[in-house]
Amino acid sequence: MIDHDIDYGTPRRTSEQEVTLTIDGMPVTVPAGTSLMRAATEAGVMVPKLCATDSLEPFGSCRLCLVEIDGRKGFPASCTTPAEAGMNVRTQSDKLQQLRKGVMELYISDHPLDCLTCAANGDCELQTQAGVVGLRNVRYGYDGANHLKDQKDESNPYFTYDASKCIVCNRCVRACEETQGTFALTISGRGFESRVSPGQDQPFMDSECVSCGACVQACPTATLQEKTVIERGQPEHSAITTCAYCGVGCSFKAEMKGNEVIRMTPWKDGKANEGHSCIKGRFAWGYATHKDRITKPMIRAKITDPWREVSWDEAINHAASEFKRIQAQHGRDSIGGITSSRCTNEETYLVQKLVRAAFGNNNVDTCARVCHSPTGYGLGQTYGTSAGTQTFKSVEHADVIMVIGANPTDGHPVFASRMKKRLREGAKLIVVDPRAIDIVSSPHIKAEHHLALRPGTNVAIISALAHVIVTEGLVDEKYVAERCDPKSFQHWRDFVAKEENSPEALEAETGVPAATVRAAARLYATGGNAAIYYGLGVTEHAQGSTMVIGIANLAMATGNVGREGVGVNPLRGQNNVQGSCDMGSFPHELPGYRHISDTTVRSLFESHWGVELQPEPGLRIPNMFEAALTGSFKGLYCQGEDIVQSDPNTQHVSEALSSMECIVVQDIFLNETAKYAHVLLPGSSFLEKEGTFTNAERRISRVRKVMPPLAGLADWEVTCKLSNALGYPMNYKHPSQIMDEIAALTPTFHGVSFEKIDRLGSVQWPCNENTEEAGTPIMHVGKFVRGKGRFLITQYIATPEKVTRKFPLLLTTGRILSQYNVGAQTRRTANNQWHSEDRLEVHPHDAEERGIKTDDWVGIESRAGYTVLRAVISERMQPGVVYTTFHFPESGANVITTDNSDWATNCPEYKVTAVQVLPVMQPSTWQKEYKVFSENQEALLNHAR
Amino acid sequence: MHVENLIKMANQIGEFFASFPDREEALDGVATHIKKFWEPRMRSALLAHLDAAGYGELNVTAADAIRTHRGRL
Repeated sequence: MIDHDIDYGTPRRTSEQEVTLTIDGMPVTVPAGTSLMRAATEAGVMVPKLCATDSLEPFGSCRLCLVEIDGRKGFPASCTTPAEAGMNVRTQSDKLQQLRKGVMELYISDHPLDCLTCAANGDCELQTQAGVVGLRNVRYGYDGANHLKDQKDESNPYFTYDASKCIVCNRCVRACEETQGTFALTISGRGFESRVSPGQDQPFMDSECVSCGACVQACPTATLQEKTVIERGQPEHSAITTCAYCGVGCSFKAEMKGNEVIRMTPWKDGKANEGHSCIKGRFAWGYATHKDRITKPMIRAKITDPWREVSWDEAINHAASEFKRIQAQHGRDSIGGITSSRCTNEETYLVQKLVRAAFGNNNVDTCARVCHSPTGYGLGQTYGTSAGTQTFKSVEHADVIMVIGANPTDGHPVFASRMKKRLREGAKLIVVDPRAIDIVSSPHIKAEHHLALRPGTNVAIISALAHVIVTEGLVDEKYVAERCDPKSFQHWRDFVAKEENSPEALEAETGVPAATVRAAARLYATGGNAAIYYGLGVTEHAQGSTMVIGIANLAMATGNVGREGVGVNPLRGQNNVQGSCDMGSFPHELPGYRHISDTTVRSLFESHWGVELQPEPGLRIPNMFEAALTGSFKGLYCQGEDIVQSDPNTQHVSEALSSMECIVVQDIFLNETAKYAHVLLPGSSFLEKEGTFTNAERRISRVRKVMPPLAGLADWEVTCKLSNALGYPMNYKHPSQIMDEIAALTPTFHGVSFEKIDRLGSVQWPCNENTEEAGTPIMHVGKFVRGKGRFLITQYIATPEKVTRKFPLLLTTGRILSQYNVGAQTRRTANNQWHSEDRLEVHPHDAEERGIKTDDWVGIESRAGYTVLRAVISERMQPGVVYTTFHFPESGANVITTDNSDWATNCPEYKVTAVQVLPVMQPSTWQKEYKVFSENQEALLNHAR
Repeated sequence: MHVENLIKMANQIGEFFASFPDREEALDGVATHIKKFWEPRMRSALLAHLDAAGYGELNVTAADAIRTHRGRL
């Protein structure tokens, strides 16, 4: 059945002071500031309401929640009246009944009486409250002025706005403001003319609406209604699960009818999202049953052959026999595996175990290689572990928020809403980004300082900020003396204090005025609790790891690690980046970030796994490509990752894959990598999985199966079968047993189990005998994981990717709100209506110089390659910098990115590519060849179907 | 392995550690990094190239580190 959450009417208040009052004769004790409505609900007394809901501040407009209070005149609204000690409150009386019935009568006199055919039948608060107040007739009739013939707005592909059903309770408008922070909705007109209005009386799709669904969630009637509910009817059962998009890891209620998802609604008890959602998690889940899903195992000898559907056993045995043949012919180290941040912890754990135990080498890597591997290195070196330091909720205590190389409103929208709420409350914002991203200036938010640096100069900026803090006496000396390694701090202090690291000396390099850098540094160091949030604009550089270290240094020097409201917070791109790294997916370390060369740790795994492990690190993904091209790497097991589309220098990747003898791809679609594969194993979507994801705040949440795997086997079962066929037994009966093994072998996971997560909702690692039962919300409290915090010198070294007369512009890449990563999921949804192609953003100055207008086709040439996109002229760019996304394979965004990479981790330098941009009339040669190749591969697939 | 890429990577590592004031720590840092993160065939390809072509393509820190700590690479 559907699990209906209790709506307490107004938000929870926290206070050290409690008040006790009497409601309907019952004593009730609540924190001071709690509304009478909430106090009553907590005591089990439901006060009628329409304009109140516990995700929004009280509004007091519907007049349905009136109560009587001894000693007070009139009938106060219980939603806006705070509980006070000694109050005696009555929620029911003849007079209250009469008043409420009169109010309801007015509402219903302007509401269609179509309950039996209404999409919200059975899930309508107006219907429920009409019953609660005992409405039996409407004295006013239905012939007067009304809104019953108001037109529907069906422009949004996911929900309708039926104005005829609107009771103007304002919940949608307030949700857009308070929960989402977009301010796209308002109430236009006055009195009887009052109507909900997106933008300037525009259709939803033409307004600023970002389709987060907060308004739909808040609507008490069918005014704002999911189209799937209109089409399919009300769901009949539900399960709590975790979103499969970004690293925020929102909890959702999958509302089902049989095995069919009717809607996904954000779960208000989910600690990552607290009842909020974005367009992707809320609406873009239809890909799971898209006709393109691969549902049968397939094999072929060569990539020019048609696919042939085979049984699971034949596919698995073929893959195993090929891997064995390759190892016999080319050596033990000639094959490897890649895990995915889109897969569960249990699935990634099994793949790395298969590589280490069944392949007998350490050639396992994960897609975090190309996003947050520098976070692992940088935070590991400075703090002792690879993880963000805070909970998302911690932002509510931040006074200064520094966003570096992240675009949270597009990439991590639900967390961005929490951040924007805190900013509207008065926290100060510093943005370090080459582009004027949305959060720099959005409704009721304006960054104090936008450091619009030149791409590739992050480390210069972080050193300049540190220079100001050290030379102006802004170091938190007491914190540093107590918490940090003195020798490393002194070396760092001497280094950043050098004149060459001053904002003035680096201004020419970074393009940021020295005065702006100085002001930002002073604000960060002296503005109270200061929190840094960063993204791939930090990591995807030749000095990605150096920049992570620089951020860690800055936070330590100012005492901003180890309590609420501060910290260093990597915003993880995909849903399980944190988890896939935790699970030992990197070739040099076992689960829990322990190096493979550590004999004690290795022995623990050897003993448990019953096999000898190799003590040397394996190949990283770029190293695998290199080894393939030079003939020593011939076989790959790739689960849930699309390296051809997402990795840089596409030609290099496809050439490497073409040189290999057996590529096994396990995925839900024929992705770009699968077009080079010899074995295609159908994968499961998140709706078909049992397991866990770990989000950017180290929060481990359950992923629950709400429909059976379309291909009959779950991903973990496929890996087990492959391992068994290779001769290494894996005989788990359920993913919970895999987590039990992880917990047994990994100290930071010792206290984690499915049973505990099911009971508590989620846990945060470290979670063991030394922590609270639910784990560790804030890291490094009292002391750093490594003991003393370690400062490292961060010498700025300019990227080798230089602009020249031939390549005078810098290209940087990223993502947008409606599409996700390589787009395999979101491109197969109606999200394409927001973003149907990758465009190149160009500054007006650069566009004018080249005669480029919006919608023109432009050729983009780099040292690596050439592709063609349509242009958008945008002042968000700075002159000399162009930008694009990489959501569509035919765009070839990564045809032009280069092999340059981070010095420590080989994370690609996606964010800096020197290019020339000129108007053109036709696609690039690569695009023409890609089209032929791709159509041919589709035909080879269709041959099998 | 394309040795020019290995040289480039070794030089990048050398550049990071070059600014460490403690020279011994810097050289140890380079060698430890290569040992901890490079797969053995990458290390052996680099060393074989250095044996054949000398250390001239490496920056001073990378070259000194590999010379000093060659035994553990």
